[in-house]
Amino acid sequence: MNALTEKSNAKIILDNLRISFGDTEVVKGVSFAVAPGECFGIVGESGSGKSTILRALVGLNQAWSGSMIIGGEAQLPVRQKRFYRRVQMVFQDPYGSLHPRQTIDRILSEPLIVHGFLNIEKRIKDALSEVGLPQAVRFRFPHQLSGGQRQRVAIARALISEPEILLLDEPTSALDVSVQAEILNLLTDLRERRKLTYILVSHNLAVVTHLCTRIGVMIGGEMVELLSADDLRSGHVVHPHTAELRSLSLSLEEPD
Amino acid sequence: MTTLPAIPQTRAGTRAWLLADTPHTRTQAVWGRRYRLWLGLRANPLAVIGLFTVLLVLIISICAPLLTSYDPGTQDLANRLAKPSAEHWLGTDELGRDTFSRILYGGRITLGMVITVVAIVAPLGLLIGCVAGYTGGLLDRILMRITDIFLAFPRLILALAFVAALKPGIESAILAIALTAWPPYARLARAETMQVRGTDYIAACRLTGATSARIIWRHIMPLCVPSLVVRITLDMSSIIITAASLGFLGMGAQPPSPEWGAMIATARRFLFEEWWVPLIPAVAIFVTSLAFNFLGDGLRDVLDPKGR
Amino acid sequence: MLVDIKNLHITFATNSGNVDAVRGVSLSLDKEKFGIVGESGSGKSLTARCLMNLLPASAQCRADTLAFDGIDLRNASEKKMRQIRGKRVGFILQDPKYSLNPVMPIGKQVAEAWHTHKGGSKKQAMEAAIDLLDQVRIRDPHKVAQRYAHEVSGGMGQRVMIAMMLAPDPELMIADEPTSALDATVQAEILRLLDDLVSSRGMGLILISHDLPLVSKFCDRVAVMYAGRIVETLQAGDLLNAQHPYTRGLLECLPSLKHPRARLPVLVRDEAWKTS
Repeated sequence: MNALTEKSNAKIILDNLRISFGDTEVVKGVSFAVAPGECFGIVGESGSGKSTILRALVGLNQAWSGSMIIGGEAQLPVRQKRFYRRVQMVFQDPYGSLHPRQTIDRILSEPLIVHGFLNIEKRIKDALSEVGLPQAVRFRFPHQLSGGQRQRVAIARALISEPEILLLDEPTSALDVSVQAEILNLLTDLRERRKLTYILVSHNLAVVTHLCTRIGVMIGGEMVELLSADDLRSGHVVHPHTAELRSLSLSLEEPD
Repeated sequence: MTTLPAIPQTRAGTRAWLLADTPHTRTQAVWGRRYRLWLGLRANPLAVIGLFTVLLVLIISICAPLLTSYDPGTQDLANRLAKPSAEHWLGTDELGRDTFSRILYGGRITLGMVITVVAIVAPLGLLIGCVAGYTGGLLDRILMRITDIFLAFPRLILALAFVAALKPGIESAILAIALTAWPPYARLARAETMQVRGTDYIAACRLTGATSARIIWRHIMPLCVPSLVVRITLDMSSIIITAASLGFLGMGAQPPSPEWGAMIATARRFLFEEWWVPLIPAVAIFVTSLAFNFLGDGLRDVLDPKGR
Repeated sequence: MLVDIKNLHITFATNSGNVDAVRGVSLSLDKEKFGIVGESGSGKSLTARCLMNLLPASAQCRADTLAFDGIDLRNASEKKMRQIRGKRVGFILQDPKYSLNPVMPIGKQVAEAWHTHKGGSKKQAMEAAIDLLDQVRIRDPHKVAQRYAHEVSGGMGQRVMIAMMLAPDPELMIADEPTSALDATVQAEILRLLDDLVSSRGMGLILISHDLPLVSKFCDRVAVMYAGRIVETLQAGDLLNAQHPYTRGLLECLPSLKHPRARLPVLVRDEAWKTS
């Protein structure tokens, strides 16, 4: 089914993941694997279950069944603190992912304090410059920053504890198009520089194919197709839903 | 943009430091935010009146010995029920005691009771509410049922029951009021916590691997404090009136203590002829109560605006 | 001229001075589909709301011309505005959750909208409501009419909104980001529906969005706004021949399925665009 033959090298392996909210099954037996350093994308419309998978991967949702192996370790629903040194997440809404009553400095120092890092001052300064923010924003509050700046802070916060895996839940959906381009470039650079593994969730096919090499397509809680970004671009698709999403993206989102 | 000195030297410098667009330290940012809140409060005339009155009552209560030479307990039966004059600014009561000094010393008792109650009740309610709201499940249900039980007690009846069990006095009154005053704070804190619990920024806190205790203590409680402060201020007036009611019923401060409610009780039979004797402590209660209400309203506009 | 705006200025009074949100916008349209595109803060929503006098109290609006069908709206009384707003001009917002009454069944809301402007009996209003729900291509209008707003999907809620706005047979429809909260599949359907309705009824349409390619495919003309001014007006389908550097920059920084690039060109804002 997927092109990864050496599963033992995979960073993340999901097998038959099932998640239910009450009586409704929201994720129905999803399986995929992500290689180290790869960017894996999950596309689907709202209600397809893609964000739910991310939340289960990161331990925010604990009512799942199936097998989840991350970084070679089988995972239980409740995660240990050291898990969060390896895996982090960036949320969709820049207006809701930063604590409204804390300065950026405080927000960035929290993961460092919890994990017992030293040199907090220097790490914060480095984190800000790494995501392209001026030092001047350090002691501002989130409401004083623009949407793009807040998202950069969210990325800085995710990376400040030096994880290997970054989960991105629609990181640019709430941003203006010009800001989106900057954030996508930033994410590309960071992945190369730090050798990170990404899982990116989005409803925007163009964004996902831009950043990711392999893509899983979801509808109604099932992953109906796994294909490479090149195949999706060129139209070598198998499942009708994938074809529909692709043709919609081409007809609605392309300028020509 | 000019760089501002680390420690401001002048008043204009302080203002600029507080309102700086780009704070250089966390202290500067936090004080800047507080200063902006203060500016917002200052723009509201009623709130300023309330604040000024509350501070005035506080100061004159604390400085009572400095403001009057009369002892509140000294009786002068020859001069009872005297009208306000140059010697006795607010007249004398039914035992010839100087009303003005009794009001001042009574302020100490009233405010002391109110502050003690709030100091017990607010942190307790905040803690219970935040823990219940964040943990959910069985612990939430148990804590809320306990809250419901205490909420069901009528305050005065409980106070009377306490007095029957213990002895009448300020301690019993404080205990009785505190036991029935904490549930609303717990509920308020729980409601705020539940609203905040599902946000992305709290999820992000969980993703640092922090313990629940740390998240509640350092991230959720600070968010509940503004609405709690507003609620406390508005509650002060009803606590004052409850304390005065207990005093009026003889269940709070005991004579010869110059508690305002007790003063009204002992003087109420003079209401029609020497009306100033019971009326003056009533006015004191009214003014203090109203001042807290104004202040609370002003704080709410500043701390808890709709567009948060 | 259905809508004629010349030299529109909208200023907000804030704690830190006056903010010029819209600075000299001029546009006019007849019975056509006109798109206004811009990023957040460009002033596109404000321009449309100003036409309907739906601005917040702290906003001041002045213009050389602000007319709907020849009627001068600049200092129009609230009574005059009520004749126009809702009756001759419909307004569709982004999220139907916030525009539909949560405690009233859908059918009743649409019937009420019809009744307010057309009178008649309750029975007639309900029949008209069912007919309207059918016109917006809701498959089972009788069933949907009995549901509440929270029981229907986002796409269906938007159709209901459109039905309500169509009830008085308006001449102009203003749609402010009508599909931004919807999935791509539903987005296409809603826009196609709007397209058909506007054409068949001979209405004018102002479509406001942040999505430039989308708007240019559904509208006849598109105005691009930046920092409170219109920097360029294009014919639909002529996007690739855009002249202004802002428009070109916006188009180029979009990730594309057809033209993949390793890095996206970043829009470098030129201060000169604020005055050009």
